[in-house]
Amino acid sequence: MSLATIAGHDIHLDEEGFMTEYDEWSEELAGQFAANIGIDLTDRHMEVIQFLREDYKTQGETATLRRVSTVGGIPTKELFQLFPKKPAKKMAYVAGLPKPAGCV
Amino acid sequence: MTLTMEAPVPVFDDDSTGRKIAIICSKGSLDMAYPGLVLANAALGEGIETHLFFTFWGFDIINKETMSNLHFTPVGNPATHTSPMLMGLPGMTAFATHMMKKQIDGIDVPEVPEFLEMITDSGGHLWACRMSADMMHLTEEDLYDRVEGIISASDFIELSEGAQTIFI
Repeated sequence: MSLATIAGHDIHLDEEGFMTEYDEWSEELAGQFAANIGIDLTDRHMEVIQFLREDYKTQGETATLRRVSTVGGIPTKELFQLFPKKPAKKMAYVAGLPKPAGCV
Repeated sequence: MTLTMEAPVPVFDDDSTGRKIAIICSKGSLDMAYPGLVLANAALGEGIETHLFFTFWGFDIINKETMSNLHFTPVGNPATHTSPMLMGLPGMTAFATHMMKKQIDGIDVPEVPEFLEMITDSGGHLWACRMSADMMHLTEEDLYDRVEGIISASDFIELSEGAQTIFI
């Protein structure tokens, strides 16, 4: 684990760069994380991110793609457009959550 | 804990376009259908080009008539940890199928048609085997709409060039 200073805040990250402290996240950080992986955050991206954060609060684990589409209501196809190639991991990274652990 | 000036950024490896996976689904029972679907879905989520080739009994997974109604037959399946005699009793397949479907649903994994929809929405490719179609007298009309085509074995060999191939 490492402590990094991003946008003036001290943030805990794991070896890969995923946040480990739920409460350290902010929208500002999300913008920074997204930029790190080549994504310009739009309102639609933020809807996904907000769903993931809310869902994590109640479920205690990061939603899988299927859950984001069935419960969050954002279609799978669109998730692949918003967060190309590896949507589940990219979404989790921007949302300041651990990588999803579920298989489906 | 270490103090770093520069925050690590996860490597999502977007440029590793070389990897490709082909999954041959040759069995149509419930317990043999899911491994291929789960692996395909996982591969797509990793940004990997993924092809599913349905052949022989695997056709049941893409046949409109059967795809919603696959069975799990416990007879002769040691994984049931139950007497083979008992598993052969009438009604046991229906019971075991019901139980397995309940377990699958319990962990929020979709049924076969919805699973195929999710896979194709994620960019996966579905192919049907020409010989199986001919044997079973089935045409594209009989198959799930998102199957891209009925192709020959050599077509499959061609399109799976460079792919890691998994036979189920």
